[in-house]
Amino acid sequence: MKALRKLLDNIKPHVSKGGRFEMLHSTYDAFETLLFVPDKTNQNGVHVRDAIDMKRTMIMVVLALVPALLFGIWNAGYQHFLVTGQEVGFWEQVLHGALKVVPIIVVSYGTGLALEFAFAQMRGHEVNEGFLVSGMLIPLILPVDIPLWMVVVATAFAVVIGKEVFGGTGMNIWNPALLARAFLFFAYPADMSGDLVWISGLSAMEGLDATTGATALAAAVQGNIDHFSLWDSFLGIIPGSIGETSTLAILIGAVMLIYTGVGSWKVMVSVFAGGYFMGLIFNLVGLNSLMQVDALHHLTLGGFAFGAVFMATDPVSASRTEAGKWIYGFLIGVFAILIRVFNPAFPEGMMLAILLMNTFAPLIDHFVVDAHIKRRLNRAVVKA
Amino acid sequence: MSEVIKIKKGLDIPLAGKAETVFGQTQLPGLFAVKPIDFHGITPKVVVKEGEAVKIGSVLFYDKYHPEVKFVSPVSGKLKSVNRGERRRILEVIIENDGKDEFVDFGVADPQAMDRDSIVNRLLESGAWPYLRQRPYDVIANPQETPKAIFISGFDSAPLAPDMDFVLTGQEAAFKTGMEVLKKLAPEVHLGISNDAASKLYNSLQGVHLHKFSGPHPAGNVGIQIHHVSPINKGERVWVIQPQEIVSIGLLFSQGKHDFSRVIAVTGSEVLKPGYLRYRLGASVSEIVASGVNAGSLRFISGNVLTGDDVGSDGYLGFYHSQVTVIPEGDEYEFLGWALPGFGKFSVSRTYFSWMNKNKQYKLNANMHGGERAIVMSGQLEKVLPMDLLPEFLIKAILVDDIDKMEQLGIYEIVEEDIALCEFVDTSKMELQSILRKGIDLMMKELG
Repeated sequence: MKALRKLLDNIKPHVSKGGRFEMLHSTYDAFETLLFVPDKTNQNGVHVRDAIDMKRTMIMVVLALVPALLFGIWNAGYQHFLVTGQEVGFWEQVLHGALKVVPIIVVSYGTGLALEFAFAQMRGHEVNEGFLVSGMLIPLILPVDIPLWMVVVATAFAVVIGKEVFGGTGMNIWNPALLARAFLFFAYPADMSGDLVWISGLSAMEGLDATTGATALAAAVQGNIDHFSLWDSFLGIIPGSIGETSTLAILIGAVMLIYTGVGSWKVMVSVFAGGYFMGLIFNLVGLNSLMQVDALHHLTLGGFAFGAVFMATDPVSASRTEAGKWIYGFLIGVFAILIRVFNPAFPEGMMLAILLMNTFAPLIDHFVVDAHIKRRLNRAVVKA
Repeated sequence: MSEVIKIKKGLDIPLAGKAETVFGQTQLPGLFAVKPIDFHGITPKVVVKEGEAVKIGSVLFYDKYHPEVKFVSPVSGKLKSVNRGERRRILEVIIENDGKDEFVDFGVADPQAMDRDSIVNRLLESGAWPYLRQRPYDVIANPQETPKAIFISGFDSAPLAPDMDFVLTGQEAAFKTGMEVLKKLAPEVHLGISNDAASKLYNSLQGVHLHKFSGPHPAGNVGIQIHHVSPINKGERVWVIQPQEIVSIGLLFSQGKHDFSRVIAVTGSEVLKPGYLRYRLGASVSEIVASGVNAGSLRFISGNVLTGDDVGSDGYLGFYHSQVTVIPEGDEYEFLGWALPGFGKFSVSRTYFSWMNKNKQYKLNANMHGGERAIVMSGQLEKVLPMDLLPEFLIKAILVDDIDKMEQLGIYEIVEEDIALCEFVDTSKMELQSILRKGIDLMMKELG
């Protein structure tokens, strides 16, 4: 540890301003602060500060994603051997899943961090921690059979267009990870939808029953939701994007986020409430097979739970007022089910619902702040 | 009166080093200073030359734009030097103590028999006027104005703050005389008292509106109390003053002498024996340092850890402070500090495992624990600000110099000490107090 500190101190003059490798300053700074919390002390204002910082906050979200990730790895293997009909042990399923999922994660982090470092260096900023989370979110919302080059393209799009053009973490309008998925969804629809991409190895196989690899939602369109029981979809042993299938694993993550104070419980609760509310209305109408899916069942299908817990709660792109969070979350739930039921092209609405509400979050905040100001003005009038 | 105003939002930072209610032995140091930088928005004009002799109560400097507001010496001796900073801004006026305690005699007077103008003049002449501060903006009160009311917080809820009941013991008579003076200055006098401590002195006061408060810091901040009793609207003026300053004013009338004596709490994890001292405003903290602190790299703060000033081991007690806090500087690297479980790290969030130990008292140092970032987390600041305000949006309005929004979002009601806890909890490590002062300065410049 002391030796490491010494090594860093030795390198420092070379990468500081005026040094030979000044262009690597941000890179050095990122690694240095990763290894050591800086010796900087408070200069103006408070003399003591809470121990929390952005790195700790972001790492908490990554830890909260771990249950969904581990389950996703196992499920990738489980689903694969289910359709091939092979009976294999637990560890073999995990191994197969890991071989599929880990490369996606590595590629996502590799691409994103390289771009983040490059931008930080160009601007002379410190490297932002935001991508620690985005880099994990992106793989978890992709289908397991996605070609790796697509991961590269989508991640690059998310980092550059989704975040850096606005000024980096904290300035973006949309959730970068969802933007990566939306990009793939519109640019390569054939690889992002249909019945073949959700189970590893299925695209390459022939002669299988066309409905074998369908997600629960695709099945529901056909009226076959009975193939996926509420219990199965809650546990997550269904095909789908890597991290989104297990509502249980996601809820464990939700508890971690809420307990540590990192994620907003208001957003999570209101998203689920909005979705359940819309599901109930559709149950009453019941015009098509998707409308007839039980409201509770709706919440366990597709990306609903994952979006509610990990995507909608992104504080930067969500509503920033407390009252606004209720409205924002509720509308995400409503729109997610609405789009899911009425979208003819693809039976999922969470991604579009969140991106839509990301766009409207500043407007919601505007009205909440406006109401706040009006209330304050009224107080002045009453007193006078 | 019987109604208790419950403050729910806020935070009591569990710091180690609370002062025990005993007096330590000390003597007054050789050097004193009056620091113009303690007073927002004044331009000092020094009237004493170097080497000139001064008494307690002799004028040292006055405000260029309000020449009637005078600042006087807290000690007798001679002017040693005038320390200047960037662009020749005066930082400190230093006086050498001759130990004789000669004072300017302003004569004994009975406030009840005086009219308001002569009271104001007496306060101005004796240098006691700067005790009265105006909200909004936290600047010295304008002697030409009459405020809506005077507010006093009878207790201090800041981390390790002195216990006012203990501090005022033995000074009850002077405090009551001081209150008579205040009653002449404003139509209403409000006193916020703590629901936990039943103070006989406070409860025995006549003609004063008492308000009980309970809850965590900042319940003892006078700005929070004003907000809950009678919030400040545009154009309104409220004056505030602290209990020990009322004692000083009381003595000014009953003894004819401007007494700068203060009971101060010496606190913080690095003080060997945290306790109280009879000290004096403007005195060098050197005697406090001499009375016993731990070795190592330390930070000496005049005031509390949230709003005080870093004065170093040879700095001077600030004009409005009655507390000295000594904490570790923490200017060292910490290996993987952000990634470890952190059982001993205090955080309002539960991201460190210190939440498992609720009763622990922490030795916090002055390290920032991370780098400054853009605003990411939301809803964090509101939780420690018990006001009907949206701090994040106010800060954003200040950052873009939007005066209309600043006014609408309540900049008249808030000063640095109220937002200090927000700065403490902020994940992005922004300097919110400095930002707020920048906004207030802009308001004063544009609207006067």
